[in-house]
Amino acid sequence: MAENFEQHSDVSAADLARLTQEAQAEATPSTAKIIWSEFKADKPAMAALFIIVGFILFVMIGALFINTPKMMETNIMGYFNQPFTPEYWLGADSGGRSVAKQLIVGSRNSIGIAIGLTVISSTFGICWGLISGYFNGYIDWGMQRVYDFMMMLPMTMMIIVLVTIIPHYNSVTLTLIFSIFYWEGTSRLIRSRTLAESEKDYVSASRTSGTNHWKIIFREIMPNISSLIIVDCTLSFAENIGVETGLSYLGFGLPSQTPSLGTMIANANDPNNITQYWWTWLPAALEIIILCLSISYVGQVLRRAADASQRQGAAD
Amino acid sequence: MWKTILRRFLIMIPEVIILSILVFLLAKAMPGDPFTGSINPKADPQQIHHLMKINGLYDPWYQQYWQWVVHLFHGNLGNSYQYQEPVTRLIAGRAGNTLWLALFTMILTYAFALPMGVFAGRHEGKLPDTIIRVYTYVTYCIPFFVILVIGIWIFGYVFGWFPTTGSISAEASGSGWLQTIGSRFYHILLPGILGALFGTVNIVQYLRSEVIDAKGSDYVRTARSKGVPSKDIYRHHIFRNSLLPIAAFAGYSITGLLNGSIFTETVFSYPGMGLLFVNSISYRDYTVITALVLIYGILNLIGTLLSDIILSIVDPRIRIE
Repeated sequence: MAENFEQHSDVSAADLARLTQEAQAEATPSTAKIIWSEFKADKPAMAALFIIVGFILFVMIGALFINTPKMMETNIMGYFNQPFTPEYWLGADSGGRSVAKQLIVGSRNSIGIAIGLTVISSTFGICWGLISGYFNGYIDWGMQRVYDFMMMLPMTMMIIVLVTIIPHYNSVTLTLIFSIFYWEGTSRLIRSRTLAESEKDYVSASRTSGTNHWKIIFREIMPNISSLIIVDCTLSFAENIGVETGLSYLGFGLPSQTPSLGTMIANANDPNNITQYWWTWLPAALEIIILCLSISYVGQVLRRAADASQRQGAAD
Repeated sequence: MWKTILRRFLIMIPEVIILSILVFLLAKAMPGDPFTGSINPKADPQQIHHLMKINGLYDPWYQQYWQWVVHLFHGNLGNSYQYQEPVTRLIAGRAGNTLWLALFTMILTYAFALPMGVFAGRHEGKLPDTIIRVYTYVTYCIPFFVILVIGIWIFGYVFGWFPTTGSISAEASGSGWLQTIGSRFYHILLPGILGALFGTVNIVQYLRSEVIDAKGSDYVRTARSKGVPSKDIYRHHIFRNSLLPIAAFAGYSITGLLNGSIFTETVFSYPGMGLLFVNSISYRDYTVITALVLIYGILNLIGTLLSDIILSIVDPRIRIE
C-alpha cells in the first residue's frame, strides 16, 4: 500500500511524514492543547487563571521578604492604625501589626496547606478509588465499608479532637490530619469511573493477555481518566482552602502566632472589630471568596475541556 | 425490600461499635484526667492516686471501655468538669437549639431549592437556567463560615436587623410563651436563611436533571397529547415523580447541617451542641466531647440510613446487590 502510494504520488516522503503528523495531531489533539483552546475561548476563565497564578506567585515570593516573627511583634504605636496610610496600606490590628503583611504571609500559609492537602488527599483518594473500583468482590466490599465508616465520622469534630491531642503540631502535621478526612469525595468519584472503565474492552483484552493488575490500573485505566482527575484536583483545591481557613477561624488550625487567612477572619469574633475595625478581617474574607470562585471557575473550564460535548473552544 | 433494610441495619451495628471504641480511645489520649476539675489545688497526690484507682482508671483499656459502655446504656455519660453537672442534662439543654436551627434551615432550603430546580429544568439552557446555575455555583464555592461572618456583619451589625448573639433575648425569657417562641424564632432567622440560601446546590442540580430527563419521557408526552396544561404537567406529573428521591436528600443533608452547626453556632454565639463542643475543647472537658462526637456520629449514621432506605424504595436497582 505504502509503496504503491509512493510510486503514484508526487508528495515527497518528508512531506508525507509531516502531513501524517499534522493529521494525527488534528484528529487527537493533546490534552494540554484542548485545555488551552478552551481557555482562549473563555475570556473570564483566562482572567481567573491569571489572577490565581499571579496571586499565588506574588504571595509566595512576597512572603520571602517578610520577617514573620518581627511582623507578629506587638507595636503599640500602630494600634488599630487606619488603612490606606503610607506605612500601613491596609491598616493595623489591635497589636499594631500590619494587616497587609499578615495577609501576604497568611495567604502563603493557607494556600501552601491547601496545596499540600490537595496533593496528599487526592493521591490517596485516587489510589483508593482505582483499587476499589478495579477489584470487584471482597476487596471492593471491604473498602466500601471503610469508606462508609469514614463518611459517618463527624469530620470537623474529629479534626479538632486530633489537633488537641497532638501536643506540638505545625503546618505539616496539620496537613496530615486534614488529609485523613478529606479523601472520600475523590475516592468515590474515581471508584465509580473506574467501575465503568473496567468493563471496557481494552481492560478485558489486557487482562486476558495476562497483564499485571497494577500495570492495568496505573498505566492503562488511570491515563484514561486523567482528565477527570485534573478536574477533581482543581475543585478540591478550592474546597481545601475553605477547610484550613475554617478550622483556623475556629482556633484549631494554625497556631495563633502563625498568620492564616482563617485566623485573620477570626478578628471578626470581637464585636468591636467587626464594625469599627473592619479592615482587620474583611480583606481576608474577600480574598478567600475571590480565590475560591476563581479556582472553581478554572475547574469548571477544565471540566468542559474534559467532556468533548461541552467544549466551547474551537478545537476543530 | 425488607432484606435490604435489614442488611443496612446489620452493617450499622459494627460501625457504631467501632465508632464508640475510637471515640473512647481518643478521649483517653486527651491531656488531663477526670479529677482535674473536681479537686482543689491542695489535694494530696496520694488522694488523687486513690481516686483514680477506685474509679478504675488504672485498669486495662478494654475493661474501662466496657465500664463506659455499661454506663452509657444506663444513660450515664459522666459529669462535665467545666459546668459540674451531668453531661446528659447539659446536652439535653443544648440539643433542642441545634435541632430547631437545623430543622428550620432544612425547611427553608427546600422552600428555596424546589422552585429553583423545577424552574431551571423547565427553562433548560435559557436565561433563568443560566442565572440559577451561576447562583448555585457561586454559593457552592464560597466557604460557609465566610458567608456567616459577612452575613452577621451586614445584617446583624451594620443594619441591625437581626440579633447577633444567643438563642433568646433577656426580656423575652421571663415573659409569656408567645414572646419566648417569637424571640427564639427571631434568633434562628438569620443563620437559617444564610444556611438555606447557600445550601441549595445539591437539590437544585438533582431536580433540574430529573426534570430535564422527565421532559422527554413517554408519560409526559402522553399528558401533553391529552391536553394537560404545561403548568400542571410540571406541578403534578414531573414534580411529584421526583419528590421522593428529593426527600431522601434530607437524610444526607443532616451530615452537612451538623458539620455546619459548629461554625454557625460559633459565629452567632448560639448556645447549641456545636458551640458546646468548641467551648468544651478549650476547657478539655472530655466527657462532654466524647458524648458529642458520639451523638453527631450516630445522627450522621441515622441520616444516611434513612436516605438509603428511601432511595432503595424509590429505585429498585439499588436493592439488587
